[in-house]
Amino acid sequence: MCLAIPVQVKEIKNNNRAVVDNNGVNFEASTNLVENLKVGDFVLIHAGFIIEILTRDDAREKLALLEEFYQKTGRGKNGRE
Amino acid sequence: MAESDKNKIKSLADAIRDLVDDTPITLMEVCGTHTMAIARYGIKSLLPASLDIVSGPGCPVCVTSAQDIQFAIDLANQKDCLVATFGDMIKVPGESSNLGSAQNVEVVYSPFDALEMARQNPGKEIVLLGLGFETTTPLIASLIKSAASSNLGNFSVLPMHKLVPPALKLLVADHDSKLDGFILPGHVSAITGTGYFEFLETAGIGGVVSGFTSLDIMESIYVLIADIIAGRTRVLNNYERVVRKNGNPKAFNLIWEVYEPEDSKWRGIGTIPASGLHIKDKYEDLDANCKFELKKREVEEPKGCICGEILMGRKKPKDCRHFGKTCTPLYPVGPCMVSSEGTCAAWYKYHKE
Repeated sequence: MCLAIPVQVKEIKNNNRAVVDNNGVNFEASTNLVENLKVGDFVLIHAGFIIEILTRDDAREKLALLEEFYQKTGRGKNGRE
Repeated sequence: MAESDKNKIKSLADAIRDLVDDTPITLMEVCGTHTMAIARYGIKSLLPASLDIVSGPGCPVCVTSAQDIQFAIDLANQKDCLVATFGDMIKVPGESSNLGSAQNVEVVYSPFDALEMARQNPGKEIVLLGLGFETTTPLIASLIKSAASSNLGNFSVLPMHKLVPPALKLLVADHDSKLDGFILPGHVSAITGTGYFEFLETAGIGGVVSGFTSLDIMESIYVLIADIIAGRTRVLNNYERVVRKNGNPKAFNLIWEVYEPEDSKWRGIGTIPASGLHIKDKYEDLDANCKFELKKREVEEPKGCICGEILMGRKKPKDCRHFGKTCTPLYPVGPCMVSSEGTCAAWYKYHKE
């Protein structure tokens, strides 16, 4: 039920709607739930609403977790990755 | 899947095996999309036997009470009434029938479609079923505000929403569930933020907010196991590309602008204090409970169904005498089989053991 998919913003309209692109298929979604939306942003869509703007990389916390993983297991950087 | 992702997953599976080392550990996920992803990717086949992952009450359709569903069916059988719902709800049995066999029901993809239906059908009362956890509730709240400002007289919402934390609190307090950690719902957290789940730390149980790819899930299991083995209790965020500590405040605040918490009945589990939402007086014109004179009726749960115990992580679908025999996705008996995201439906589709 809480299914949401990542899409890219193509155009922002003036009626609280935006045109988004899902692998070449364009459709409209509501922008009511987000602020500071820009064309080109990757966003998460749930039932016709943009619910969050995605960050491009998974950033700090993920890197820290992986670092811990490498240290504990000796795998990853020089191992089987 | 990229070859590098496959290798990461293999490394993670080995690392989890090393860490667990036959220690019995039970993790619970509380999101229907996780239930489906774990079953579809065969995640459990990569994990050691002593590590169990159980599905909790993570499907809002499954936990909607039979009484609420029957009320929606009764509304849909009224003349000049049209009930709009997400498709997930169509098959769920009420007293003896389901919404699919009711007279006036329309499936919508987005709640906005229901508002459009109201504009196009001025002679009909459009009732939108207000379903969902914290992910979906802001959408409906936004719609209620739009409807209030557009003065549409023939539109209302039947609130059936559920909140995640009260159910988690119940699970933590339930000694029979014996849980060691939670895989927390990624898209609920996108709205609420990870801070919303930090009460778990004081309750002495950790969790990890997870995404939905096989790699996301394996990483989440790894970091949660690592914390459990090390005796650390915290709420981690392994879905940082989507989830912030404070979530999406605009969407989250919309919930509380339109709704207030109330006690709510969870199918198979019972009434959980302050786990549902009702529409505030300010918007009562848009509340189907106030608008229609119809009364809610007591509806009995099916006999012999153990969905409640499955949702609490105490039993598995295979422990139920109905499972796969008298209860199948085509003819569901209990709540866990009705939605494709239910625990029993996922078992039926992917492992039918």
